[in-house]
Amino acid sequence: MIKVKINGQEQSWDGDPDLPLLWFLRDEAGLTGTKYGCGQALCGACTVIVDKEAVRACITSVNDVAGREVTTIEGLHPNGDHPVQKAWRQVNVPQCGFCQAGQIMQAAALLMDNPKPSHDQIREAMSGNICRCGCYQRIENAIHLASTGV
Amino acid sequence: MNFIDNPRKLRGFEKHIRVEKVSRRSILKGLGVTGGFVLAAPVMSRQALAYETGAGKMPHGVVVDPRVFVSVASDGIVTIVGHRSEMGTGVRTSLPLIVAEEMEADWSRVKVQQAHGDEVKFGNQDTDGSRSTRHYLIPMRQIGASARTMLEQAAAKRWGVPATEVKAVNHEVVHSASGRKLGFGELAADAAKESVPSIESLKLKDPKDFRYLGKGAIGLVDLHDITTGKARYGADVRLPGMKYAVIARPPVTGGKLVKFEPEEALKVPGVEKVMQVQGWPWPSKFQPLGGVAVIARNTGAAIKGRDALKLVWDDGPNGKYDSVAYRKELEEASRKPGLVLRKEGDADAALKGADKVIVGEYYIPHLAHVSMEPPVAVANVKGDKAEIWAPVQSPGGTREDVAKTLGIPEGNVTVNVTLLGGGFGRKSKCDFALEAALLSKELGAPVKVQWTREDDIHNGFLHTVSVERIEAGLDKSGKVIAWRHRSVAPSIASTFAAGTVHQAPFEIGMGLVDMPFEIANISCENPEAAAHTRIGWFRSVSNIPRAFAVQSIVGEIAQATGRDQKDMLLELIGSPRIVKPNVKDLWNYGEPQDSYPIDTARLRKVVELVAEKGEWGRKVPKGHGLGIAVHRSFVSYIATIVEVAVDDKGKLTVPRVDTAIDCGAYVNPERIASQIEGAAIMGLSLAKYGEITFKDGKVQQKNFDDFQVVRMDDSPVVTNVYIVPPGPDTPPSGVGEPGVPPFAPALINAIFAATGKRIRSLPIGKQLEA
Repeated sequence: MIKVKINGQEQSWDGDPDLPLLWFLRDEAGLTGTKYGCGQALCGACTVIVDKEAVRACITSVNDVAGREVTTIEGLHPNGDHPVQKAWRQVNVPQCGFCQAGQIMQAAALLMDNPKPSHDQIREAMSGNICRCGCYQRIENAIHLASTGV
Repeated sequence: MNFIDNPRKLRGFEKHIRVEKVSRRSILKGLGVTGGFVLAAPVMSRQALAYETGAGKMPHGVVVDPRVFVSVASDGIVTIVGHRSEMGTGVRTSLPLIVAEEMEADWSRVKVQQAHGDEVKFGNQDTDGSRSTRHYLIPMRQIGASARTMLEQAAAKRWGVPATEVKAVNHEVVHSASGRKLGFGELAADAAKESVPSIESLKLKDPKDFRYLGKGAIGLVDLHDITTGKARYGADVRLPGMKYAVIARPPVTGGKLVKFEPEEALKVPGVEKVMQVQGWPWPSKFQPLGGVAVIARNTGAAIKGRDALKLVWDDGPNGKYDSVAYRKELEEASRKPGLVLRKEGDADAALKGADKVIVGEYYIPHLAHVSMEPPVAVANVKGDKAEIWAPVQSPGGTREDVAKTLGIPEGNVTVNVTLLGGGFGRKSKCDFALEAALLSKELGAPVKVQWTREDDIHNGFLHTVSVERIEAGLDKSGKVIAWRHRSVAPSIASTFAAGTVHQAPFEIGMGLVDMPFEIANISCENPEAAAHTRIGWFRSVSNIPRAFAVQSIVGEIAQATGRDQKDMLLELIGSPRIVKPNVKDLWNYGEPQDSYPIDTARLRKVVELVAEKGEWGRKVPKGHGLGIAVHRSFVSYIATIVEVAVDDKGKLTVPRVDTAIDCGAYVNPERIASQIEGAAIMGLSLAKYGEITFKDGKVQQKNFDDFQVVRMDDSPVVTNVYIVPPGPDTPPSGVGEPGVPPFAPALINAIFAATGKRIRSLPIGKQLEA
């Protein structure tokens, strides 16, 4: 039996310990905000925060996060008012929106690590997250906005 | 709430969009345009009924009925139906917003309800072809005006005054003579009893009174849900007792399963069942390819189970498809005469007599859509009834195809449309929903079919592969006197009918026969090409290779004659006029020529506007270059300037993009800008990296590592968007797709300016490193 804390709630899993965290979150725990985009850590759609670090849930097994604290988009802020989420809305970042949970989690992790990232630092830190609609310019603007106070 | 936090603080918006306050005449005279962000541009006339669109000719046409689209509850909440699919264009917000505008509803008291697939009830629902605003601006205004009129009539009756004395204002009806007011909620029950006014009797609002249309101050209705993980895409649907399935499909189009061994898959924890899926022989429109499904308690187990399957396939007639050999075939075909589609003057003779002939042969390979949400669908089939939840661009077509595939009446099929995690044309084909329906029927349980990214790349409906060969004949003065364009590419029609070797009217009408240049001798030809995989619509379709070829050769002609690219482009476009190509039944994106002619004044205008605002001719640092391109598609006009930087190792970056768009009347300039920003990135992706290749009939790429798209670190640093304000009666035209085609040629022309290297084959890949 694996125990893991997700968004502050204790969850347990007695199935395949190698099951990717992504599918545990989506299919077993019903937390569908975290998205599948590639399954190979190439696109960042499944980004969650484990303890204080952004990780790709598609290549992280449930076993890897045993005893650790996982935050998904649903748990980032109780009302959805994390500075990154507010900035995202203010700049009207999303088009289709599918990748945005991963983008937001990555951006939130970036700001924990570096509260005032530069243009180049943002572009580098966010380059693991693909947006096929092409919202990058707004993502950068939103991160600047979040870092300076919404 | 549906709102952005503070509509006045649209920072990204203010920074990058300009609605240009210019008249066509001032631009033609080359006068300077005023900068700044102007909101008061005339968006559409009061009646705005002076033009016809092709909406009525779409399957099931248009339904203008407020009872279908609007309901008002006694608490005042107005529910407006969005009947098109939301894939990122903002249509689920913008069409209901039009209704709210006309009915004087307060947007904060409006809820949007997604229509299920039912074209008899809602009219055509195919969300493709950049058609939604173009076809529904007027119908949605009429629906809103009808609802408003019914509310006004109900209030007038209640008060015993003539209806002409009352007026709906911001969610209530007011009798100003007596100062009486009734909220929409208080009038709801009575208004529902009023008869629906005739369309002819409706009075549309004066555009100067618009609160929402043309302003760009309303965020997406799903914005809060998207940023909190609550938005529901196809992949997010969960039903009690639902099973999870992935399918192993034939690796070669037209291939068949010979045998399979399920034993190892069944040993994987969580796998419950392995079963064969019915397939249809190629070509069969959107029918499933067939294969073997692994059914499990979660998607991860299903994928692991599939990896353990032992499968033997018969590759069938396309087992030898090879991209290197096929390219040679296309190139050879392009060098010989083909079916002549447009003939004006005598291009052969003029080319023979020309002082100089410039030849460009341009290649663009297959492309995959790779929407961030791979195809996915949930089905629950019980007896002769089916319910589907899916991210489909074609809810009505999906309903029809599910009914046919299961052999049940269409009325027994419910198609629930979720949000689409990107579409780009891929989700106009409902094969994934049909797979889910077949599996659910067989399992007797609800099932979700999830395509992996590898499935998406291996078994999609790819963008065609093409060679576009253009020969331009110049006289002694450098004037272009002859134009021969041969386009060779397998047609989308090949997915519907075996033996297709010529392109369909809708493909040749995308930048081949509608070429707008003022040249005396023109020949547009289409040599044969047979398909060896499934070809489908990809955002902007054949306009991608056409704009690439046509706008590249403009750069090459400028280069050969020592002229400025922009001046060369304007010279070729020629005088302001309506172009009437000598083409039988010219396809015009389904629109009548009268409303949507090929207007070179508008084409010139976007070139001149982008040149002005994008500072064409500005001095750029060493290793940088500017390129320009213009293209009319989806009856909109778009010009783009790209600045590139190429370092001494051949690394390409894009510091700046400027795009001017004339899309006629518009609803939400903020979403127009987002579409154009995104189109630049999709254009850069296809130009820099986009290539699907085949070997032994199989796609050689598998995921985002070998089918790359632009990431943030190599995306354009800034994309500026300039929107041409429409005249009072300019009909709306496409926005979702037209931004893509001019990007690649503008980029390629810029690369030439920066490096002196002319790229004729996409993707650029390592060509600049040589």
